Amino acid sequence: MIPLSWYMSLSAILFAIGVCGFLTRRNLIMMFLSIELMLNAVNLNMVALSHYLDSMRGQVFTFFIITVAAAEAAIGLGIAITLYRSRKTVHVDEVNQLKG
Amino acid sequence: MEAMYIPKEYLAILILLIFGVLFGVVTLYVGRFFRLSRPYHEKLIAYESGNDPTEAPRMRFSIKFYLIAILFVVFDVESIYLYPWAVTYDRLGLFALVEMFIFIFLLLAGYVYAWKKEVLQWEK
Amino acid sequence: MINTALVSWKAFGPIIPEMFLVCIGLFLIGLDVFSPKRRELLPWLTVIGCLAALVMVAGEKNIVGFGGMIIADSYASFFKIICLLGVILAALMSEHFRRTEGLKQGEYYSLMIFSAVGMLLMASAGDLMVLYLGLELMALSIYCLVGLPRNDGRSAEAAMKYLLMGGFASAILLYGISLVYGLTGTTDIAQIAKYTVTGNLLENPALLAGLGLMIAAFCFKVAIAPFHFWTPDVYEGAPTAITAFMSVGPKAAGFAVFGRVLFTGFPQFHDQWGILLSSLALLTMAIGNITALSQTSIKRMLAYSAVAHAGYSLLGVLSGTAEGLSATMTYLLTYGFMNMGAFAILVLLASPGKRRESLEDYKGLAKTNPMAAFLMLIFMFSLTGIPPTAGFIGKFYLLKAALGAGYTMTVIGLVVFSSISAFFYLRVVRYMYMSDPQENIALDFTPGISAVLGIALLGVLGIGLLPGSVIGQAATALLGQ
Repeated sequence: MIPLSWYMSLSAILFAIGVCGFLTRRNLIMMFLSIELMLNAVNLNMVALSHYLDSMRGQVFTFFIITVAAAEAAIGLGIAITLYRSRKTVHVDEVNQLKG
Repeated sequence: MEAMYIPKEYLAILILLIFGVLFGVVTLYVGRFFRLSRPYHEKLIAYESGNDPTEAPRMRFSIKFYLIAILFVVFDVESIYLYPWAVTYDRLGLFALVEMFIFIFLLLAGYVYAWKKEVLQWEK
Repeated sequence: MINTALVSWKAFGPIIPEMFLVCIGLFLIGLDVFSPKRRELLPWLTVIGCLAALVMVAGEKNIVGFGGMIIADSYASFFKIICLLGVILAALMSEHFRRTEGLKQGEYYSLMIFSAVGMLLMASAGDLMVLYLGLELMALSIYCLVGLPRNDGRSAEAAMKYLLMGGFASAILLYGISLVYGLTGTTDIAQIAKYTVTGNLLENPALLAGLGLMIAAFCFKVAIAPFHFWTPDVYEGAPTAITAFMSVGPKAAGFAVFGRVLFTGFPQFHDQWGILLSSLALLTMAIGNITALSQTSIKRMLAYSAVAHAGYSLLGVLSGTAEGLSATMTYLLTYGFMNMGAFAILVLLASPGKRRESLEDYKGLAKTNPMAAFLMLIFMFSLTGIPPTAGFIGKFYLLKAALGAGYTMTVIGLVVFSSISAFFYLRVVRYMYMSDPQENIALDFTPGISAVLGIALLGVLGIGLLPGSVIGQAATALLGQ
C-alpha cells in the first residue's frame, strides 16, 4: 500500500499551489480555479485519511465538499457574468470602484 | 524508519506511460527526416472538417450556453447523493426512501424555478 | 427487507425549525414565480415565518439528534434567536428599502431565509461536517443577496470580492478540518476533545496547525483583523438592508461556531488560542477604530465599526470561561439591536436616486427631522458604549470577563480604542445637531422601517436599563447545557 504520507504530501503541494495561484493570479476565472484546486487537495486528503483510518466520515465529507464546490462555482460564474456585463472585464485589478 | 516504499503494483502503468510518450515523440521526430515539407496557405489554415474557417476561433458564445452549463453542473453533481443511497438502500429502508424523495423534491423545486424563469427557453 | 426501525421519525425533532424555514423559503419563491402580483406580501410573510421559527427555537430544550451531529441546546437557541431577529429586522427594513431601490425580486426574501437556515445549522452544529454545510449555505445565499441588484456595478464587485475571499476562507477551513480529522479520526466536535487527551495529541504541531487554520477561517467569517480586508468593500457595495443583515446574522453565527469549536472541541488548548485571540482582538480593535476615523461615508464607517465590534466580542471568547462566552452572547445581541437601528436610519434617509450615505448628508438633521436625529443619537451613543444604553452594558460585561481571565492588556486596549471610537460616532451626532441643514429631506416612516426602529430602540434601551434579564438568559443558556 502506498504510505499515507505520500498522499498527504501531494495534497499539501496541491493546496500550496492553489494558495499561490489565488494570491498571484489576477484573473477571476483563474482565482476560481485556484480555489477549486485547494478544495480538491482537501478532498484527496479526506479520502486518503478515510481509507487509512478506516472511517467513513472522510468520504462523506468529500461528497459534501464536491457538491458545495459545484454550487459555489455556479454562483461564482453567475456573479462573474454580471460583473463582466457592467465592467467589461474579469481582471481583478480593474475592478476597483470600492476603496478607502 | 521504515524502508523506502516502492509502488511495484503501479510499475506497469509507468512502463505504459513511458512507451506511450516515446511512441508519439519518436515517430514524429523520426518522421521529420523522411517526409517532404512544402507548406502553402491552404495547408496551414486551421483544419475544420474540410470547410474553410469563417470566424476567429475565440468567438463569443451566447450567454445561454453558460446558463445551461451552470444548471447542468449543479444538477449533475447533486445526483452523486443518489449513488451511496442506492448502494445501501436495502439496509436503510423506508426512512431513507422518504428522505430521498424530499431531496428530489427540493431539486425539482429548483428545476421548476429555472423553468419559470425561462432559463431553459432558447428564444424569447 | 424493509427496516423502518433503524431510524425513527423522531430523529427530525432537532431540525424542525430549519425544515420549517426551508418550506417557507420555497413557498416564497413559488409565490414570486407563480403569482408576481402578490409580491407586496413577501416581506410580511418572511417576518411571520421567522417569528414562527423563533417561537419554535425558543421552545427547544437540549435535544441531540443525528448521532450528535445536531445539538439543539440553549446555547444554540440563544444564537438562533439573534440570527432570526436579524432576519426579521432586515426583512422589515427591506419592506421600506425596496421602495427606494426597487429590489422587487422574490428571491431576495427566500435567499434571506435560506441563509438563516444556514446560520441555525451553524449554531447547533455538533459536527464539523454540519458546521461546514451550515456555513456554506449561509455564505452562498449571502453572496447572491449582495450581488442581487444587477444594474448596480458596485454590488457585482462586492459580491465577487466576497465570494473569492469566502471561498478561500472555506478552503482553508477545510484543510484545517482535514488535518484535525486525520489526527483524531473524527469530525465530531465533542469527540475531538476526548481523542486529543486519550491520543496524547496535546503537543502535536499538526493538530495545532489544523486548529490555527480553522481559527483563521472563522476570523475571516466574523471579520477579525488581519482577515477583515473584504469587510469595508463588501459592506459598502451591498444593498444597505443586506449590509445590516450581514453585520448581525453571520457574525452571530460565526461566533456561535467559534465558541462551540473552541470550548467543546479544543478546551485543552486554551493557553494557545487564548493568547492568539487576544492579540488578534487588539489588532482588530486598533484597525477597525483607527481606519473608521478617516471615513466620510457613514456606510463605510459602520463597516469599519463592525470590524471593531468583532474585536470587542472576541474578548469574551478568548477568556475561555462560561462567563466570558455569555458576555459575548449578550454583546452580539445588543450589537444586533444598535447596528440594525443605525442602518435603519441609513435606509430611512435614502430616497430614489439619492443614497445619502455620506457624513455631509447628515448636516442639520436635527432641525429638519428631530425624530430620526434623536434615534441616530441613541444608536451612536450605544455603539460608543455610553450609559444608559445597551452598548455600555455589553462592553462592561466583556471587560469584566476578560479581566477575570487575566487579559489585562486586551482590556486596556478595549478601553483606549473605545474612547477613540467616540470621535467618529459622536462626529455624526455633531453633524446632526450643530450644523445647518443643507436640504430639506422629507422622511417617509413606513410601517416596516418604523417597526425596525421601534424594536431596535426597545432593545437598546431595554438591555441598557434592565441588563439583568438578558445576562441571566445568556448565563442559563450556558450553564443549562
